[in-house]
Amino acid sequence: MREWIYARTIDWRFYLFLTCTLPFALLVRATADGNLGPNPLETIRDTTGIWTLRFLLVTLAITPVRRIARWHEIIRARRMLGLFAFFYAVLHFVSYVWLDQFFALDAMIDDFTKRPFIMAGYASFVALIPLAVTSTKKWIGRLGGKRWQLLHRLIYFSAAAGVVHYFWRVKLDVQPPVIYGVLLGALLLARLRRSLPAQKTAAEA
Amino acid sequence: MLIQRAADILPSEITPEGMYHNRRDFMKMVFFAPAVAAAQTFNTTEKITPYEYATTYNNYYEFGTDRADPSKNSGKFQTKPWTVTVEGMVKKPARYDLDDLLKGLTAEDRTYRMRCVERWSMVIPWRGIPLAALIRKLEPLPSAKYVEFKAILARDQMPGQRSRLFGGGLDWPYVEGLRLDEATNPLTLIAVEMYGKPLPNQNGAPLRLVTPWKYGFKGIKAIVAIRLVENQPVSSWMKSWPEAYGFYANVNPSVEHPRWSQSREQRIGEPGNPFLGQATRATQLFNGYAEQVAHMYAGMDLRKNY
Repeated sequence: MREWIYARTIDWRFYLFLTCTLPFALLVRATADGNLGPNPLETIRDTTGIWTLRFLLVTLAITPVRRIARWHEIIRARRMLGLFAFFYAVLHFVSYVWLDQFFALDAMIDDFTKRPFIMAGYASFVALIPLAVTSTKKWIGRLGGKRWQLLHRLIYFSAAAGVVHYFWRVKLDVQPPVIYGVLLGALLLARLRRSLPAQKTAAEA
Repeated sequence: MLIQRAADILPSEITPEGMYHNRRDFMKMVFFAPAVAAAQTFNTTEKITPYEYATTYNNYYEFGTDRADPSKNSGKFQTKPWTVTVEGMVKKPARYDLDDLLKGLTAEDRTYRMRCVERWSMVIPWRGIPLAALIRKLEPLPSAKYVEFKAILARDQMPGQRSRLFGGGLDWPYVEGLRLDEATNPLTLIAVEMYGKPLPNQNGAPLRLVTPWKYGFKGIKAIVAIRLVENQPVSSWMKSWPEAYGFYANVNPSVEHPRWSQSREQRIGEPGNPFLGQATRATQLFNGYAEQVAHMYAGMDLRKNY
C-alpha cells in the first residue's frame, strides 16, 4: 500500500521542493535559536543573497545538463528552481529594506543613486519579477511560446547583474564572486555552443 | 555544516564577564585610584563584546579575507622570539627584543569602542602601552613628523601573503602610519593583551596598534618595525584603493565609503531585535572620541582628508 502511494503520488519534485527550502529552514531555525553568529544582520542578508545566485545558476544549468546528459525529465524542475531563485531574492531584498535599512527611504535612495553595486542588485531583482509572474502555463499560452521564451531570457541578464552585484560589493576578497562569474560564463557558453553538436549529428546522419 | 574545533580554553576557566569587571574595578579602586582617574575618562562603560566574537570575527587578510579565517589559520603563528626594528629619525635606531622595547613602560587598561570600516563595531578591553610613552623612550629627532608601522612578512606562516586570491592581494607587508601628534595622543595604545589575556594571534599578537577614533584597519597587527619619518607614509589600503581609504581613516558618519554609507553600524554580539530596526545603531563622529581628538583636525576638511 505504502509503496503504491509512493510510486503513484509522490513526484520526485516534492523532494526537490523540500531540499530547496532547506537553506531557508536552517536560517529560520538559527534565527529562532539566536544562533546567527556575531553579525546576525549580515548572516541573514548574505545567506539569502548567495542562495539567490546559486538558484539562478542551478536554473541555468538545467538546459545544458539536459542536453549533455540527455536527461530530459530534468526540465520539469526548471520552473520550481527559478521560482526558488526569486523566493530567495525576495528574502534578500526584504533583509536589506527591513533589517539593514529599516525602511529609511532617504538612505535607500542615496544608496541606489550613489552605489553601482546596489543598482546592479536592484536590476537583478527587478528582472526576475516578470519571470516569476509569467511562470504559469496560463501565461505561456497568453504570451505564446516564442515571446514567452524571449521574455524568459531575462534570466541571463538577472544572473549576470547578480554576479556583478556580488563582485562590486566585496572589498578585495574577489575569489567567491569570480568563481560565480566563471560558472555563469560556462553555463552561458554551453548555450552558445549548442548548435554545434546538433550540426554534427545531422552530418553523421 | 558545523566543524567542531577543540576550544583553546575550557568554558569553566573563563571568568564571567561581570565578575571580570568587578575584579578589575576593585583592583583599580584599591591600587591605582589616583592613576586611574585620568584614564577612566577614556574607558567606555558600554557592554563588552563577548570574547568569543572578538576572537572569531576578525579582519586580518594575512590569514584570509573571510572574517572567520584568522581564528582558523593563525593557530601556529610564531610570536616568540619577536624583534621590533626602530628606524628613521630617532636618536638610536636599533633592533629590540619585544621585552626590551617595552621595558620600563607601564601598561594600562583601556576599554575602547572599535569601529570597522565595514560598518560593524565592538567594545574591547585592551591592555597596553600608551604609544606616547614608547615614542618618548625612542627619542625622535625634531625632523620626525610621522610614525610608520610595518607588520610582519611571513609567507610561510601567512597563507594570505602567499596567495592573491586568499589574502585579497594587498601589498605585503601591511603598512600603516600616524601623524606624530596622533601617535602621541593619550588614546593611542600599543596593545599586548585583551580581556586580561595575551593577545590572541588572530587579534594581532604579540603587539598591535589601537586608535579607537579611527577605523579598525589602522590598527596594524604583529608589528615588526616602527619608523619615524618626515613624510606622510602610504598605508597598504591607501595603495590598493585610494578612493576608499585615506591616510586619516577617522570614523566619520558623514564621509561615505564608495560601497556603503558610514552613518550606521552593527554592534557585534548586541544586535537588539533586527526586525524592530535594532540591527544597526548610529555611528558617532570620531567614534565618540571627539573630545580627545577633534582638536588635532581643527580647520581640516575631513571630506578631503578621509
